Amino acid sequence: MFTALKNIGQYFMMLRRVFSIPEKRTIFYKQIILEIEKIGINSLGIVLIISLFVGAVVTIQTAFNLSSPFLPKYLIGLATRDSLILEFSPTMICLILAGKVGSNIASEIGSMRVTEQIDALEIMGVNSANFLILPKIIAAMFFFPFLVIISMGIGMFGGWLGSISVDVTTADFLYGLKYEFNPFYITYALTKTVVFAFIITSVSSFYGYFTKGGALEVGVSSTKAVVYSSVVLLIFNFILTQLLLA
Amino acid sequence: MITVESINKHFGENHVLKDMSFAFEPGKTNLIIGESGSGKTTLLKVMIGLYESDSGVVKYDDRNFTEMHFKARKNLRKEVGMLFQGGALFDYMSVQENIIFPLNMFAEKSEEENLERVNFCLNRVNLENTNSLLPSELSGGMKKRVAIARAIALNPKYLLCDEPNSGLDPKTSILIDNLIQEITQEYNITTIINSHDMNSVMEIGDKIAFIHQGKIWWSGSKDDLISCENKELNDFVFASKLFKRLRKKF
Repeated sequence: MFTALKNIGQYFMMLRRVFSIPEKRTIFYKQIILEIEKIGINSLGIVLIISLFVGAVVTIQTAFNLSSPFLPKYLIGLATRDSLILEFSPTMICLILAGKVGSNIASEIGSMRVTEQIDALEIMGVNSANFLILPKIIAAMFFFPFLVIISMGIGMFGGWLGSISVDVTTADFLYGLKYEFNPFYITYALTKTVVFAFIITSVSSFYGYFTKGGALEVGVSSTKAVVYSSVVLLIFNFILTQLLLA
Repeated sequence: MITVESINKHFGENHVLKDMSFAFEPGKTNLIIGESGSGKTTLLKVMIGLYESDSGVVKYDDRNFTEMHFKARKNLRKEVGMLFQGGALFDYMSVQENIIFPLNMFAEKSEEENLERVNFCLNRVNLENTNSLLPSELSGGMKKRVAIARAIALNPKYLLCDEPNSGLDPKTSILIDNLIQEITQEYNITTIINSHDMNSVMEIGDKIAFIHQGKIWWSGSKDDLISCENKELNDFVFASKLFKRLRKKF
């Protein structure tokens, strides 16, 4: 309990240092572009593949469960759309990104800590927390919503491919996708995504930044980063859903 | 001049630095020697604020570093160059990017002037035409030399080196030692080196402090060191057969 409180305190102390004015804006902007590439663009492949197949599977499973002749076929498209927009794309994709991006951030910053690169930054007079962590947070909060929107689109495309295999006509599937669409669902999904992006990058950075020891501890920090950012993400998923939809 | 006054530092129950006081000579190469785990690195890290001491004061030319606010410390650190044991080069940056980084960050100069300075520093450490190499492509000695080039890029007043020749062969060690010595004299820098390499001590030590049991046990010049009768110091300095034989000759 004491360790948990200490960690939470240390996390907020770190955030205070992270959210300070950058030393030099030109270098800071370059770092953001670099992080967008590392965190965002490099995650595009995995997001595309997972979204395509999960979209198809969701459609097939829904079709399998809605086999009653009294239920219209377009409901399959509707269920696929709502599953993807409300939960799969914002939450599941962010959980996957917590694994990919979170472990990458923690191991990168952790390695810098144990090889004294962070100390070198501090001695140069650079606020290392601000220089290393803030660009990652901004890059993720900016780019993750694009990844989630892409995921929704690709997921629906995968759903359409899946619908062909379960004898749902394209017209029925598209009708279901458009049926009683509530645009607030997108707002809800993107709000969650931005919060999740902050959680993933800040929690992972925290575990990397306070790594002590050597290569073994970097591995431990990386694992902790994924586990804790996933847990916090799920807790906030519940809180945000309560606040925005209930 | 850098002075430490009554520095105490604990790690849990372990009292690493015990009421340590010392004045490092300005414009000279000061060496801190002692066994592994004696507190050399801890002292260096306390001096630069990477560790907070439990009590005591660190002064840089009468400026009280210990009581300085975060921003004032940050400004003072710009006057300090530090060479870490492993070099601490930024992995994802090339040699040129590593050296130009502090210049881009703090020197209000054009890109061309900064590049000129990078090339000057690289020439100074005899590493011409290595600008585009990554740290992973460098040997141990080259990494140390790039780290020296980065440390001197901003014309520091003080240079702190944590075991600069650990893990290097004797020839490269002497090369690094001499380079640090030359730079110290050329730019009138106050240099402090942590070392347990006796070759370094004999080669470049202007003033030597021996740490034992968390205290400055002995201090003096390298000539004093050879003739000193302090038992603990002699046990440390003349531990090898070679040095024992040499001592007999003297």
